[in-house]
Amino acid sequence: MAVPTYATPLEKLWHYTFRLICWLIFFFLVAPIIIMMPLSFNAQPYFTFTLEMLEFNPQGYSMRWYQELFASESWMRSIRNSFVIGIAATLLATVLGTLAALGLSRAKLPGKGLIMMILISPMVVPLIIAGAGMFFFLSSVNLANTFLGVVLAHTALGTPFVVITVTATLVGFDHSLTRAAANLGASPTRTFFKITMPLILPGVVSGGLFAFITSFDEIVVVLFVAGVEQRTIPREMWSGIREDLSPTILAVATLLVLLSIMLLTTVELLRRRSERIRGMSPG
Amino acid sequence: MAPKDHNDAFVAFDRVQKTYDGEQLVVKDLNLDIGKGEFLTMLGPSGSGKTTCLMMLAGFETATFGDILLDGKPINNIPPHKRGIGMVFQNYALFPHMTVAENLSFPLEVRDISRAEREKKIARALDMVQMGEFGNRRPAQLSGGQMQRVALARALVFEPDLVLMDEPLGALDKNLRERMQLEIKHIHETLGVTVVYVTHDQSEALTMSNRIAVFDDGRIQQLATPDELYEKPENAFVAAFIGENNTLRGKVESVDGAYCTLQLADGSRVQALAVNIEGEGAESTLSLRPERVYLDVSSETHDNIFEGEVRELIYLGDHIRVRMNVCGNDEFVLKMPNDSHARRLSVGERVQVGWVKEDCRALDPS
Repeated sequence: MAVPTYATPLEKLWHYTFRLICWLIFFFLVAPIIIMMPLSFNAQPYFTFTLEMLEFNPQGYSMRWYQELFASESWMRSIRNSFVIGIAATLLATVLGTLAALGLSRAKLPGKGLIMMILISPMVVPLIIAGAGMFFFLSSVNLANTFLGVVLAHTALGTPFVVITVTATLVGFDHSLTRAAANLGASPTRTFFKITMPLILPGVVSGGLFAFITSFDEIVVVLFVAGVEQRTIPREMWSGIREDLSPTILAVATLLVLLSIMLLTTVELLRRRSERIRGMSPG
Repeated sequence: MAPKDHNDAFVAFDRVQKTYDGEQLVVKDLNLDIGKGEFLTMLGPSGSGKTTCLMMLAGFETATFGDILLDGKPINNIPPHKRGIGMVFQNYALFPHMTVAENLSFPLEVRDISRAEREKKIARALDMVQMGEFGNRRPAQLSGGQMQRVALARALVFEPDLVLMDEPLGALDKNLRERMQLEIKHIHETLGVTVVYVTHDQSEALTMSNRIAVFDDGRIQQLATPDELYEKPENAFVAAFIGENNTLRGKVESVDGAYCTLQLADGSRVQALAVNIEGEGAESTLSLRPERVYLDVSSETHDNIFEGEVRELIYLGDHIRVRMNVCGNDEFVLKMPNDSHARRLSVGERVQVGWVKEDCRALDPS
């Protein structure tokens, strides 16, 4: 965006100052994440740049911490746990959230606002309170320190994302399509899988990805309800920082950042696809 | 065509009532028999209950009271997907993620029809609406008129005996609408399928229908063939809703068999056909079509002769609309054909107008 030719000197000054401010904010947001990446290749067990690194001397870099990561039993277990818990919680949250959103999209449902509020509450309530609550609840039904307990807790945290994204997709959904399908002879089940599902799929998938990310980097609830056996990556990083300060966690962090970028790219691509389909639907 | 009696009806509404909120009746005591192969139009202003009736027939709404019968069997408790009724929706409701051919294939797949048979039926249905070339397009790549044709083909491809149409031409421009009206009419004549059509456009209803049911306030005001509806409206609402209409209000002075004499507010007396009046002394609305009012006629041939003053002339090519003041009504309109010996009128001129009493219908006061 260029400065218009009629701009006064003051306006020009503001224009460049504004750009500078934007870049500073951007830097503030991204720098902590970027800085981690080269440090994870540090040859020394330090969290700072060594002289060799600053001179771009190959001697200063190594894959040491990545090797250590993949050799460590506790890290590998936590990675496995994170994926198992994340995927299970995502599947549950996606199914529950999609069904809830479909129900909430019906015009005649009484108490719609209240139900929506309750479903969204895990997103709004401070995690520490949700965590404490879940701990007491899961303990009383003997599910604390079990995989099922962690999965259920993360399902509750992930469901709101699915509800929100699917609800947003359903706003543009033409309900006469389901009527048309019924009129043409399709049972409600068939209508759901052949008509409704393909059209709301982008919303379902992006909601599912958000649910997965939520579970994947969640620590507060895990601290409350998970035992040693259920330690996830964030939980392992947390003890890593407290107990043995090793740049391995920088390697983990770098891998997590890459994974997040991949997931967010997927979400964005899906959003564009959904917009395209919606632009296509008549009316 | 029109059923001989209630038992002969293909579709029958039997004392049907519908309320959404439990207080206000949207449809009040509807009785309607539709014959096999008939093209019946439900015509009425918005909120008159016509679309609700169509939705009850399709199964998307349930009747609060009364029975709806299809081929003699009550269908109140049959879900929409088991009724086997075709429907063309107002916004077409084509599935955006499927091609035209896939849209048409959908009702056939549901019915477990073999692939070869499906392709034959799809090709035939698309050819019928002149869309044979468009099977691989998606709905978004079609124009409004083309989507309309595909929606029509999809409603007919599984060969239902009954097809419902909910203002299907509402979104099209005038020329295309008129062409589609004729096309739908011809398809109906060729296939012999029963059609129930909902519209608020009276010319559409007159063009296509075998019979028209005029809806207002949740009731059928009149059920008749297009010509009967236009020429013999039974109440003031129908007279005003269908076509152009001159309205004169007055009191019934005397009734003489099929005819009556009314005294209007300005004192003039008009002879009229007694259609829907309560008797001597009752208020009544006179309905008179503009094309049945003549200039410069004698009292020997025309029962009612009055003098009027020309207020406005509107040139419409084939005819001239003359607005004048007759019997105290400033909105009195007559249509003067623009033929070679037409008289040239000018605004302010006083002329004699006349009409016969058969063309002037005394209706309810409304």
